[in-house]
Amino acid sequence: MPLKTEPIVLNIGPQHPSSHGLFRLRLTLDGEVVTDLELVLGYLHRGIEKLAEGRTYAQNIPLTDRLDYLASMTNNFAYVLAVEKLAGIKVPERAEYLRVIMAELMRLTSHLAFIGFLLNELGAYFTPLFYMFRDREKILDLFEMVCGQRLTYNYMRLGGVSHDIPEEFIPAVKRLLNEMPRFTDEYEQLISGNEILLARTKGVGILSRDKAINASASGPVLRASGVKWDIRKVDPYSVYDRLDFEVPVGSVGDVYDRYWVRVQEMRQSVRILKQAIEQLPKGEIRSEVPHLLRPPQSEAYGRIEAPKGELGFYLVSDNSIAPYRFHIRPPALINLTALRDMVIGWKLADAVVIFGSLDTVLGEVDR
Amino acid sequence: MTVLEQFRNWLAGVMPEWAAYILAFIVSAVAIIIFVLVMILVFIYLERRLVGRFQVRLGPNRCGPEGIFQVIADAIKVLSKEDVVPAKGDFWVHFLAPIVTFVPALMVFAVVPFHKGTVLTNLDVGILYVVAISSISVIGIFMAGWGSNNKYSLIAALRAVAQAVSYELPVVMSVVGIILVTGSLSLSKIVEAQTIPFFLLQPLGFLIFLLGTMAEINRSPFDLLEAESEIVAGYHTEYSGMKFILFYMGEYGHALAASSIITTLFLSGWKGPLLPPFLWFLIKVLIVFFIFLWVRSTVPRLRVDQLTAFAWKCLLPMALINLFLIAAEVIWFPATLPWGMVVLNFAIAGVLILLWSRLFALGGGRVEV
Repeated sequence: MPLKTEPIVLNIGPQHPSSHGLFRLRLTLDGEVVTDLELVLGYLHRGIEKLAEGRTYAQNIPLTDRLDYLASMTNNFAYVLAVEKLAGIKVPERAEYLRVIMAELMRLTSHLAFIGFLLNELGAYFTPLFYMFRDREKILDLFEMVCGQRLTYNYMRLGGVSHDIPEEFIPAVKRLLNEMPRFTDEYEQLISGNEILLARTKGVGILSRDKAINASASGPVLRASGVKWDIRKVDPYSVYDRLDFEVPVGSVGDVYDRYWVRVQEMRQSVRILKQAIEQLPKGEIRSEVPHLLRPPQSEAYGRIEAPKGELGFYLVSDNSIAPYRFHIRPPALINLTALRDMVIGWKLADAVVIFGSLDTVLGEVDR
Repeated sequence: MTVLEQFRNWLAGVMPEWAAYILAFIVSAVAIIIFVLVMILVFIYLERRLVGRFQVRLGPNRCGPEGIFQVIADAIKVLSKEDVVPAKGDFWVHFLAPIVTFVPALMVFAVVPFHKGTVLTNLDVGILYVVAISSISVIGIFMAGWGSNNKYSLIAALRAVAQAVSYELPVVMSVVGIILVTGSLSLSKIVEAQTIPFFLLQPLGFLIFLLGTMAEINRSPFDLLEAESEIVAGYHTEYSGMKFILFYMGEYGHALAASSIITTLFLSGWKGPLLPPFLWFLIKVLIVFFIFLWVRSTVPRLRVDQLTAFAWKCLLPMALINLFLIAAEVIWFPATLPWGMVVLNFAIAGVLILLWSRLFALGGGRVEV
C-alpha cells in the first residue's frame, strides 16, 4: 500500500546559518528531495540605486562599497570606470596598474572566502573557513596598508586612486605572492582529494551551457559551465590587455567545477599580480577631476569582471552634479536566477551547497 | 569478588543487609554519575580547545587558567535562558525527549569495567545490554523532533531514525566477531581475554565499529541531525535552558559512552603496563575521543542517501566478510600464534578496503521530479 505523503514547505532563511546574509529560500520538499524552490529577496534592500541619484558622482563611491562587501575594491573599480567613460576622464597609468593590483588581490580574498563558506556548507565545521580567513587576513592587511580600511575601502577615485601605495607595500605583496601558490596547492590537495567532498560536489547541481547563457549568468558560474567568457579578455578595460593570463573553463558545470574554476582563477590572479607589479610605472596616481563633476548629457555602461561575475554600472547623466539614473548589474542576483534549474530534484543538503556554489553576497543582490 | 561486593559486605557489618544492599548500589551509581558528568565537562573543554587548535585559533582562554572555567560559564549562561515550549508542540514529548536521550548515556556505564572487578553490575550479557540501551537515545531524538512542531526538527528526527536503522546492523555484526573469539558477552571477560588488543587482531571489525558508532552518536561526518548549514540545530532547534543542556550533555555523554565501549572492546580496556589501570582506561578513552574530534574538524558531511548507502553497501558487506573470516579463524586455527593472525587480518582488511574504494563510489542522488 503506498503511503500517503505530503510535501512540506521549508524556509531556509531569512535568518539561517547558510543564507549568506538575509535571504529566504522557500523550498518544497518531498521527504528530503527538493521539488520546488522560490527565492524571496529584498530583506537587505537599502535603496542604493535611488540614494545614488541624490549624491554627487564622487559621493557615490562609498555607496558601492556596500554592494558586494566581500569585494569592495572591485565595486569601486566598476563604478569609477563607468563615470570615467561617461565624463571622458583620462586615468594615469600608475593608477590603472594600482587598480588592477587591488582588483586582483580582491579576487583572491573573495575566492578564499568562497571556498571557506562552501566547505562550511558541506559541513566541514569551520576548519577550512578559518584556514582561508588566515590567508584572507594577509591580503586585508595589505589593503589596510594602502587605504586604512579592511572591509569598505573607498579607495578608487574618479580619475585615479585615493592614496599612493606606501614603500613597504610592494615587498609585502611579493611575499604574499610567493606564499600564495604554496597555500593554494596545499588546499587543493586537501580539498580536491577528499572523497566525501568529491561525492558531495561532482555531478551535483549541473548548470548546462545553454541554460547558463540563457540565465545570463556570468563569472565563474558561467565559466564552470564551459563558456569562455571573461570581461577582462572579451572587453579589456584598464590595463588588462597588457597582462598575460588564461581563463580557466570548467567542463560539466557542477558544484565541483565552480569550485575548481575559482581555484584556478586564484592562480591566474597571482600570475596577473606578478606581472602588474613588474610593470608598475612611476608617476601620478590621480588626474585632475573637478569636485562637482558635471558629465555631458549622455549615458554609459562600465563593466568589469568582478570575482562574482560581470559587475556593471549603467549611468545616465543630465549634466547635473548627480547621476540621473544609477543602475547596478549585480552578478550575484543574475546568477541566482539560474538556481531553480540547478536545485530541483536534488536533496535538501545539496540545495544549500548549490546555493553556496554561486557565491552570493546579499548586499549585492538586494542593493 | 568485585569492588561493589566488598563494599556491600563492609556495609553489612554496620547495618542490616537489605540497607547495605541498597546503599551500596546508590553510592556506586552516584559515583558513576559524577564520573560521567565530570568527564563530559572535560570533553566539552577539550573539544573547544582542540578544535580551536585544529582551526588555527586559540580556543577559549579567557575564563580561568587556559580557559578551564569556560565550560562552567557556558553552563550558567545556558541555564539562565528562558525555557520555551513551542505553542503547538507536544508538551510531554518535548519535555521527556532530553531525558530519554541523556539517561542511556549514563546507563551504559553500569556494565563498563574501569578496573578488574570495578564494575557496577557484571552482567553476563553486557554487550547486548550496551547495544540495546544505546539505541534508546534515538527514540529521544525522534521525540524531540516530533514534539517540537518544527520542520527542521522533524527532518532531523527522520534522519536520526534512518541513520540508527542503517548503522545498528554493521555495529552489531562487528561486535559478534569479538564474541566469537572471547566466547563471552560480558565486558569484563572481553577485557580479560585481550592479551593483545582486539583492534590489532580484528582491524576491520575495529574500523567498522568505530565508523558505526560515530554514526550512531552523530559525530561528523555523520552529523546530519545537527547539520547546521541545512537544518540549523536539527532536533534541538526548539530547546533552550536546562533541556538544551541535557541534549548537549547527552551528545558528549554518548561520545564518552562510545569511547568507553570502543576502549573496552578493542583497546583492551583498563589493561596496560606501569600506570594504574583506571588511568589507562582514561587515556584510551581520551585517545578515542581525540579521533572523533580530529575527524569532526577535518572532513565534510555526507548527504543522507550517501550515509545510508555507505552503511548498506560498504559497512554491512564488510562486516559480514569480517564475521566470516573471524569465524573461520576461530574454527580452523584456534591455537595459531596471535601475531600471525594480526598480520594476516591487517592484510585482509587492507585488501578489502582498497577493493571497496575502487568498486564503490558514493555519489549520484538526483531524483526526477
